[in-house]
Amino acid sequence: MKTGPRVELDDYASASNSAWCPGCGNFGILRSLDKALVDLEMPPHQVLLVSGIGQAGKLPHYTRANVLNGLHGRPLPAATAAKLANRGLAVIAISGDGDGYGEGGNHFIHAMNRNSNLTYLVHNNQVYGLTKGQASPTTDLGFTTKLNPDGAWTALRPLALAVACDCSFVGRGFAGDIDHLAGLIAQAVKHEGFALIEILQPCISFNKKNTFQWYRERIYKVDQDGKYDPGNRAAAFEKASEWGDRIPIGVIYRHERPVFEDYVGISGHELLVKQPIDPSSVGQLFDDFT
Amino acid sequence: MVDLNIMVGGEAGQGVQSVGSVLAKTLLRGGYEIFADQDFESRIRGGHSFSRVRVSRRPVAAALAPIDILVALNEDTIKLHEKKVPNQGIIVSEISKTGVPENSAQPMLDIPFEKIAVSVSGNILMTNTVAAGGILGLLDYDFGLFETVLRGEYGRKGEKVVQANVDAGRAGYGFAQQHRPKGFKLRLKPSGPSGKMLISGHEALALGVLAAGCKFVAGYPMTPTTSILEFLADRGREFGLHVVQAEDEISAANMAVGAAYAGVRSMTATSGGGFCLMTETLSLAGMTETPLVVVLGQRSGPAIGLPTRTEQGDLLFALHAGHGEFPRAILAPGNAEEAFWAAVKAFNLAEAFQTPVIILTDHDLGNSYYTMKKPDLAKVVIDRGTVLSDAEAAEAVEYRRYAYTRTGISPRAFPGQGRALVVADSDEHNEEGHIIEDGKTRRKMMDKRMRKNGGLSRRIAGPAVIRRQNPVYNLICWGSTYGAVAEAARLLEQRGIKAQVTHLKELWPFPVRAFARTLAGGVKNIVVEANFTGQLENLIRAETGVSADGHVRKYDGRPFTANEIVAALEGGA
Ligand SMILES: Cc1ncc(C[n+]2csc(CCOP(=O)(O)OP(=O)(O)O)c2C)c(N)n1
Repeated sequence: MKTGPRVELDDYASASNSAWCPGCGNFGILRSLDKALVDLEMPPHQVLLVSGIGQAGKLPHYTRANVLNGLHGRPLPAATAAKLANRGLAVIAISGDGDGYGEGGNHFIHAMNRNSNLTYLVHNNQVYGLTKGQASPTTDLGFTTKLNPDGAWTALRPLALAVACDCSFVGRGFAGDIDHLAGLIAQAVKHEGFALIEILQPCISFNKKNTFQWYRERIYKVDQDGKYDPGNRAAAFEKASEWGDRIPIGVIYRHERPVFEDYVGISGHELLVKQPIDPSSVGQLFDDFT
Repeated sequence: MVDLNIMVGGEAGQGVQSVGSVLAKTLLRGGYEIFADQDFESRIRGGHSFSRVRVSRRPVAAALAPIDILVALNEDTIKLHEKKVPNQGIIVSEISKTGVPENSAQPMLDIPFEKIAVSVSGNILMTNTVAAGGILGLLDYDFGLFETVLRGEYGRKGEKVVQANVDAGRAGYGFAQQHRPKGFKLRLKPSGPSGKMLISGHEALALGVLAAGCKFVAGYPMTPTTSILEFLADRGREFGLHVVQAEDEISAANMAVGAAYAGVRSMTATSGGGFCLMTETLSLAGMTETPLVVVLGQRSGPAIGLPTRTEQGDLLFALHAGHGEFPRAILAPGNAEEAFWAAVKAFNLAEAFQTPVIILTDHDLGNSYYTMKKPDLAKVVIDRGTVLSDAEAAEAVEYRRYAYTRTGISPRAFPGQGRALVVADSDEHNEEGHIIEDGKTRRKMMDKRMRKNGGLSRRIAGPAVIRRQNPVYNLICWGSTYGAVAEAARLLEQRGIKAQVTHLKELWPFPVRAFARTLAGGVKNIVVEANFTGQLENLIRAETGVSADGHVRKYDGRPFTANEIVAALEGGA
């Protein structure tokens, strides 16, 4: 993909001031993404970041790339179509847990099912950050908020859902481990198919439970002993369901299956954006109606 | 002067539609002008449905109420429609199955459709072809033309099927010729092909979509626009167009935005219920200044309403849909030809002004078949608006997606086109596309977007007017109602009453001045529309201050007939 001179971190340095809280986990995710793109030698103009709404959804404004910052919960449909229109772009969709699993739950399931060649980063801070701390689909059981005085109901396990949907790449990273997360993002971008990376992202303002410290005590790398096989779906389902005292990070599930853009019958042709417009060619259909 | 209305009625699944379409095409090939429509229930089998074919020597664009030939495939059809058959008309049916209407003095032709089908081809499925053949035999029409249509229709299924159909058709044809009632005088002679097309409003619209160079369509099935999606999925690939069936309308609309942002002409098609789900995305397109074409095929509402029937109930919804304020255009074609050109124009407006464009159609327009001249494709102009050239994009390091301009239109670039980074944002933003909150930038950006309304207004066509000297009435209509209104004006003229027709085929930005020019003193302005509340009438009052002198409204889910409009006017509408 690389065309110009060496890609440097400076290429991704944005001039915009961040609206994130100092100390927010999102900064680590931003740094990891930039690092992954530099490591992949991908120049900004070949990258498209599509986001929804939330603190997570603001990320594209704090780096440099093409950006479509759309509606709450809707980045995946827009990303899917942008990729169909121009397969030459590296398309990365960015959500929060509320955005991606709440408002966008239906799109999440169907995007995994389609297996478009997209990377999907979900910043999971287990609360709604931008709207000030309400429960999200991943909030732990019993966690109380102003809007959930009785405590949140049982939490969704998105990675288990992803394995169940046969998502072709399922990974988990931690905002506090930039090198590991950057490596994971780079693998996801290179993966041919839909790659979900759920990122554990402490919210320092509204989630006083799942803190950096809380995660550091629990997370472990799934392949630390070199024995884990991410191609084994049953094992992956078990790992994806694990949550509590021990929380696995790394590539949980990975396999190859047909990619949407290859399957839909436009793969052998010019990119849709390069297709010529020729009104006169339509005349060949007229006789069908005479 | 031939002006003949044929109705074929039966239950869903009996092939009512196919008899109608084979007949219509055979008559078209003899140089006749055709209008054909269908009435069916939201069910796959049973119930009552019918198909109407109007045949004339001059252009026609609506059904007439009296039925000259009623073809009944079941008993219900006779019961429901026999009263509409005038004395010189005829009822054609298989009497052993349908019975004879009580006290009927009506000429009847008894054709044992099923018996003939089985004896000729051994296949009861040929009943339809026998029926179509019977009608053509009754009219003494050219059998050779019928045969060419059957060959076209069944060619893909192989010679055996074709031959069986031709034999069945010939048997029905011969039977009717031999047993034609003495009093039935009407004969139809072909005059050589006109070369015109017989095409539904939605098929014509879909051809326009292809001619306009649309490359991406996303949709979720909903009557009546599913036919557009299916047509484009089937034929689009040859033209580099791809259709995605999305998981819901929210996704479909966001997909259309994503593809348009990436640089292709894109659209979605839906009906009122689906459009409800898309309204948030309509605002997104307004804010991100992304060209978005939406076909809104109206059906009876609210909620699920009458799923397979028609209405013009969503005009004000289309106009007000979405949160916040942003420019938009609304087109409302009145027949197949206008539908073709509306599609072409919609893409041009959407890209030139970088804003949503809604094409309002309805079940009646979408499913009715019109006789249309082949569109002159040399007249299709593609206006993609201001887009950076590849050379400009290659160098545009400081590209600003939302640069302030006098027209409100900022030059577009596409992601990956060059080094220009394209930042599009649903939050309020600055010229670079980044989020802002300060009041000053907000005001400047709103002003910029809304300035597009000036240019957009200049591109909206005034109403199409059928003028008459010193008219008594000015009949004002929009969308599919046009055909019946034009026909009503003709019927009135036969009675010595002159009526002008003012058809608004482009509705927003409302063409205030052009519309005002169509009004004259001493004329009764009557608004004819298929809804309860008089949406166009209200819009006219809001935009021009003019109150109509009366109205004709219909909301039973059925399209207007000219006779109904005339009757309403005579009753003092
Ligand atoms: C249709 C709609 N509903 C609600 C909102 C308000 N809203 C904005 S962000 C958000 C939740 C964000 O939570 P999450 O996706 O977890 O992102 P975070 O802010 O925590 O990063 C909500 C409910 C909206 N913008 N649009």
